[in-house]
Amino acid sequence: MSGNRILSIDNLRVETQTGVLLDDVSIHVDRGEVLGIIGESGAGKSTLALSSIMLFKSGCRPTAGSITLGGQSLMELGTAELETIRRTKASYVAQSAAAAFNPFYRLEDQVTEIPAMAQKLTSAQRRRMATELFEELQLPDPQNFGRRYPHQVSGGQLQRAMIAMALINQPDLIIFDEPTTALDVTTQIEVLRLIKKVASTHNCGALYISHDLAVVSQMADRIVVMRNGKMVEQGPTRQLVDHPQTEYAKRLVAHQGDGSYASTNGSDETLLDVRNVDVGYGGVTAVKDASIRLGSGSVLALVGESGSGKTTLARSIAGLQPARTGEIRMRDSLLAPLVERRSFDQRRLIQYIHQLPDLALNPRQTIRDVVGRPLSYFHGLRGTGAEQRLRELMDAIELPVAYLDRYPASLSGGQKQRVCIARSLAAKPDILICDEITSALDPLVEESIVKLLTRLIKDEGLSILFITHNLGLALRFSHKTAVMQGGRIVEHGDTRAVFEQPQSDYTKSLIRAVPQLREGWLDGFSANAA
Amino acid sequence: MSNKLTLTVSLAVLATMAAAAILAPVLAPFPPNEMVHAAFDAPGVGGVLGADGLGRDMLSRILYATRYTFVATLIATTLACMIGVSLAIIAGLSKGWVDIVIGRAVDILMSIPQIIFALIILAIAGVSLTTLILTMAVLQSSTYYRVTRPIAGDLAAMEYVEVGRLRGERLHWYLFKEILPNMVPSLLAQFGLGLSSAALFISSLSFLGIGIQPPAADLGGLVRENALALSTGRLTPLIPAFCIALFCLSVNGIVDWLVGRFSDKPDVK
Amino acid sequence: MTLFANSPVKSFVVARVASGLVSIFFISFLVFLGTSMLPGDAANALLGQNATPETVLALRTELGLDQPLPVRYFHWLGNALHGDFGTSLSNSQPVINLLVPRLINSLILAFSAAAIVLPLAVGVGLLAAINRGKALDTATGSVSAIFLSMPSFLIGYLLVFIFAVKLGLFPPLSMVRSSASLPTWISALTLPVLTLVLVAQAHVMKLTRAAVLGVMSSDYILMAETKGIPRNRIILKHALPNALSPIVSICMITMAYLIVDVVVIEAVFNYPGMGKLMVDAVAYRDIPMVLACGVLFSTIFISLNFTADLLAMLVNPRQRLPRKGN
Repeated sequence: MSGNRILSIDNLRVETQTGVLLDDVSIHVDRGEVLGIIGESGAGKSTLALSSIMLFKSGCRPTAGSITLGGQSLMELGTAELETIRRTKASYVAQSAAAAFNPFYRLEDQVTEIPAMAQKLTSAQRRRMATELFEELQLPDPQNFGRRYPHQVSGGQLQRAMIAMALINQPDLIIFDEPTTALDVTTQIEVLRLIKKVASTHNCGALYISHDLAVVSQMADRIVVMRNGKMVEQGPTRQLVDHPQTEYAKRLVAHQGDGSYASTNGSDETLLDVRNVDVGYGGVTAVKDASIRLGSGSVLALVGESGSGKTTLARSIAGLQPARTGEIRMRDSLLAPLVERRSFDQRRLIQYIHQLPDLALNPRQTIRDVVGRPLSYFHGLRGTGAEQRLRELMDAIELPVAYLDRYPASLSGGQKQRVCIARSLAAKPDILICDEITSALDPLVEESIVKLLTRLIKDEGLSILFITHNLGLALRFSHKTAVMQGGRIVEHGDTRAVFEQPQSDYTKSLIRAVPQLREGWLDGFSANAA
Repeated sequence: MSNKLTLTVSLAVLATMAAAAILAPVLAPFPPNEMVHAAFDAPGVGGVLGADGLGRDMLSRILYATRYTFVATLIATTLACMIGVSLAIIAGLSKGWVDIVIGRAVDILMSIPQIIFALIILAIAGVSLTTLILTMAVLQSSTYYRVTRPIAGDLAAMEYVEVGRLRGERLHWYLFKEILPNMVPSLLAQFGLGLSSAALFISSLSFLGIGIQPPAADLGGLVRENALALSTGRLTPLIPAFCIALFCLSVNGIVDWLVGRFSDKPDVK
Repeated sequence: MTLFANSPVKSFVVARVASGLVSIFFISFLVFLGTSMLPGDAANALLGQNATPETVLALRTELGLDQPLPVRYFHWLGNALHGDFGTSLSNSQPVINLLVPRLINSLILAFSAAAIVLPLAVGVGLLAAINRGKALDTATGSVSAIFLSMPSFLIGYLLVFIFAVKLGLFPPLSMVRSSASLPTWISALTLPVLTLVLVAQAHVMKLTRAAVLGVMSSDYILMAETKGIPRNRIILKHALPNALSPIVSICMITMAYLIVDVVVIEAVFNYPGMGKLMVDAVAYRDIPMVLACGVLFSTIFISLNFTADLLAMLVNPRQRLPRKGN
């Protein structure tokens, strides 16, 4: 067994001056094996990944444990020896290929940099080496692909080019650090399948890091669950997914959902009726002829990939970006295209929650200022009346009343998003427009926000337009679903119907591309499906 | 900690200089424009710092010059800041052609070297303290515009400003509750840098003889008057110039501290 | 020229040349407008004591001052484009004849300083960035902070005091004639050039350091580290080419500022350059001369700034080449 062992990290501890990043972490990777590492932000995944090639960000250093790569203990090696190890034994695939490629050089020169350093190669030889790999990674026009600069190719292609670069030195270990997080689901599928193929044909070991349990479960043979720099649980993939032991792992698995839909409590009464809306800026039409309906007391999910126009449509409903044609009705009243033209009550009844709570909260206002403003503006509440209501709102979003005097900077991402929800509730709206409000949050925080919203629908009689790129989330949370592609609504109906009998090909491919925990899901994709 | 020390020293230096400027009439042993000593009297012989080429008391002249430099610098910088920031906020909030026109005008202003521009304006309008201050204010306002315009633009595009727009808030709310409070740190830092560059600028103009006119003199003017005395082997003619350097060094020290302090987010705890 | 056929460079050049022309046009018009609003016009100024209503009127007609303002402006502009900036009021010679030798002197001064300060300060800034936080970085940082706070005439006079008054190595003033011998020239130029070098070095160093540090914190540098590229190669092959674009731009902008900084330095050393000429003209209110100097200074300044941006664009593939394909 030990003859096949590529990487072994034992009892590793990494510290900064102020804290501990990794505490007593032990992992190992054998040849032909993919080890998945999963955890939320701040769990220490990337620190662990880089430490396997003895790289630490400035200010961090290992204080205990050992790292053995290809039979050599890295802790004792000097800089030059470590550089040789990195050139020959391991490769790293970063999350954002667009930032990780040097903008100054052509792709083929970057991909073949390592072999060209070891021996003199003509540019024809270098091109041949690169072309071979580009072919393997199914890049278009592999002969000429390498002549391009990084900014001249798309994100998915760049990610594949980076995998090519990782393969060039025939490494024993490849570290994949969230390689598909920046990609859309349909692009993600192609890259995932390539990674899987590459890992098996090149007979190396791999570390696969992600915050997405479904993705990791498809890629890895074994999984390590990390949280706050510690290992929470580890085991073979199927065992961990089917029989998680720790509370945390159980919640991670439960977060994937059991495929059940939200219970329908929405009435048929139409609250918001959007008909044949076109939205654009300058010569670009971002939304074309879109019609959607939001029922009273229900959740309508608006799903689509980046650039599909879903946020633009939401902003035109809010009146931030005026619709060029078409009409938007709330109950019986026609809404003006621009929010400035809408009445006091119309502005109050539709509230908009942004994607990034960091930008949606003024850093120089306390939570009391933030939530108190709509109370005084819309309801004229001041003094004890306002104080009473503020306490109720803090209860509603499940934050301590003492937080009222804090500034946003001292709150976590999830807490900030709760404050944004409280600010919307303060207006006593009928409709909440939620624009990807959980996409910047960790899975379990996302879960708690969705739970909160579900309760608020009942307690406050809200209806929600829920914009998301996450189909799994739409399935669990919404009653109706609309799918957008290229600015058009390509599917609109009951969530169950959309997911079980999708009408358009695009919806079908989108649903198929959502990673699942199910064994063999990824392998089930035939080459022409994606 | 050395940052704290720099701050303390800088504040002490600035306070001393400000006191000297304000109390010049009280502190000065002689009237600044009267010939009370023999020409080029050595320090100690004729007054503490000696006499200039006309026999005027150097110490008294330096005290009054500090006053001129301080007043001109402060007024010009304040005006420049007000002009630049107002234009930036107007441009940032109004967008459209107003933004374009203001932006173009500032581009043109910035594409012309400041000292050349000042020389031309002063040649045409004639040299006077008012012209000098106004010219400096207009020229330096472009810097404040350049610093605040993107902030104003970013802030106007910030989601929390958008939330205010959705609510139907009026202009004064944006300005005083959302935008200005977030601009204060970078504005303070820019104001500090502006003070030192204005001091250098006005001193250079006076040194060239087109700033404050004789017999009055600011610190730059004093250097011009006494430069020839360097050949006697005394450094006293350069004392006014050292005062300018000290002023700029102190202001920059405070700016460094400010920048360091405000890069942390505010919190009640 | 298929090289730039499709590239953003072409539209950039067109836009910048246009806006540069607008700036020069604007400053010349402003000056012209200001001149014509003066209480006494050029005719009064020219005639001085001899001004009687009749002679003034005659001269006004002769100078074309009775024409409407726009006509006069375009007349002036047309002449200026042919190198005719009018007649100096204080000297009664054509402005251009007085200007050209002085311009050459100023350029000699500015370019000598640039030749020394650019390689030196860029190098030091680079070293400071590579050794961030170490002794060299802190030391150079403190030195540049001090120089940034000093008026340029203080630096000049300190050099005069040390090297001319105390050590007697160089002349305190640099009133050379163009016919002077080379050693005279060099000895006259040393102190002014040194002053300019000291004035400019702090800016160049600080900006270079910031540019390199910005590049060193990029993701692709981390990527190069994971590939096991040795540190020297990372700096030379991965960081420097990307820092080249800001550094080139820093260098050109420094040249632009050096050419303007000569105004003060020439006054310190009594050096016969265009800066001194302009300052004297302002003192005598020799408006045609001020105008010509101002337009010339601005043109050089604007052109160098334009070259800075153009070069920075040309060495950066991301800006030079269009995005294409998917």
